[in-house]
Amino acid sequence: MKTTGIQASAGSRRGTVRALVLATALLTLSAGCATTASNPQDPLEGYNRAMFSFNDGVDRALIKPAAQAYEAVLPSPVRTGVGNVFGNIGDPWIGINNLLQGKVADALSDLMRFLVNSTFGFAGILDVASEMGLPKHDEDLGQTLGSWGVGEGVYVVLPFFGPRTVRDAVALPVDMMGDDVWGITHIPTRNTLTAVRLVHARSRVLGIDRTLEEGTLDKYSYVRDFYLEQRRYKVFDGNPPRVYEDFNGDEPSGSSLGREIDAVASSAVEDLELLGVGEVVMLGDTKSHPN
Amino acid sequence: MKRFLSFVVLLFAMAAPLGAALGAADSAQTPPDVLVRDVTNDVLTIVRQDKAIQAGDTGRVLRLVEERVLPHFNFRRMTMLAVGRDWRNATPEQQGRLIEAFRTLLVRTYSNALTQYRDQTIDFRPMRMAAADTTVQVRTEVRQPGAQSIGIDYTLEKTDMGWKVFDVVVAGVSLVTNYRGSFGDEIRKGGVNGLIESLEAKNRSLESAQAVK
Repeated sequence: MKTTGIQASAGSRRGTVRALVLATALLTLSAGCATTASNPQDPLEGYNRAMFSFNDGVDRALIKPAAQAYEAVLPSPVRTGVGNVFGNIGDPWIGINNLLQGKVADALSDLMRFLVNSTFGFAGILDVASEMGLPKHDEDLGQTLGSWGVGEGVYVVLPFFGPRTVRDAVALPVDMMGDDVWGITHIPTRNTLTAVRLVHARSRVLGIDRTLEEGTLDKYSYVRDFYLEQRRYKVFDGNPPRVYEDFNGDEPSGSSLGREIDAVASSAVEDLELLGVGEVVMLGDTKSHPN
Repeated sequence: MKRFLSFVVLLFAMAAPLGAALGAADSAQTPPDVLVRDVTNDVLTIVRQDKAIQAGDTGRVLRLVEERVLPHFNFRRMTMLAVGRDWRNATPEQQGRLIEAFRTLLVRTYSNALTQYRDQTIDFRPMRMAAADTTVQVRTEVRQPGAQSIGIDYTLEKTDMGWKVFDVVVAGVSLVTNYRGSFGDEIRKGGVNGLIESLEAKNRSLESAQAVK
């Protein structure tokens, strides 16, 4: 692409050929888009849907009932304390990720949060730091990689962990190593704490599955698109550009959406290459384009 | 004296419609941040006090939403954004049915979500807006004890009827455009009519489920 400008003067015939090639490529791409299922970032949709309903089953059978019992048995202030303790345990790793992203002030704030809440907050039961004006942040290694320019890769639903992009799935084991609960060597303690944390987190969103069930035509694709959008929002730290199109007009341009889809598709391919998957996928192509 | 009285009557007669007009213009020009704050506070105050709504009385909460919330939304623009570029291929009749079906779906979902409201508090963030702006975002933050706050942002546009909400952005995701994926699937499968039928079937199933309860 970068060479196009330099070669533009090389003669109109080559230009025409290039234009033809480009047009063919675009046609193929748009034809491909027309036949692909809902989202070009979801080539694994068949597997993903199966795993999504597996996770849904696990949730219905185990996690949701546990969360409902947890909410029924423990009074709200106790649950708030539980949430604060786990939040506090997570703050150092959030701080490290802020540091890795070059946000030194945020990193220091996270460190301060941990120190203040661990001492004045009675081992994190009270979130004194938030009252002091040190807000809780939301960072993880997937966001750090994103801020470094690592692409997302395709959408994948992991067993038990749920929606991820390939990038976030790769970051997940490191996030777990950086996590102080998972780092506890006494295995029964670690497992108990992990279970309590999971049940607590689920109890925070008990109402949401009804809303999703009622408010969407296809829960799977709504959750997927929501996850992908939200990860982008988090990587941008809350300010991704938002454009509202106007579909009232007569001219059937609609090109902005088309361009968007193309951009997502090509970035998905780039991400595959970045992760080395591309070497397998592109093997057929490398022969015709020695590079 | 008589002349004076008739003058007063005349004055009142003139002033009454003037006052009404002023009042109307006033409500039409309520600044968007004030509008969002007033409507949110109004509705949440009612929900907080209404035991029936908290117990999940759907009819009651639906009425509340119809009366207090709906007048401030532009469902035509919302539906257009949810459908995406296929909107252009829909006939006016189809567009009307899409708006109606999507509106019913959103209102029901939103109303049911409202019955879940408990101990959250809402912070209204200061709005930046130039006098000439016709589209603005009003940002709010929902705080809940022991958890990170969630951003809920309302995008409003200026119309002759006052400011109208046409998008709600939760935790950075537009709840409206997020429908595009599944709506696009339905249109690919069964055309615009296919989407309309799916939406109407969904609404019917929700309605009958609620009737059973």
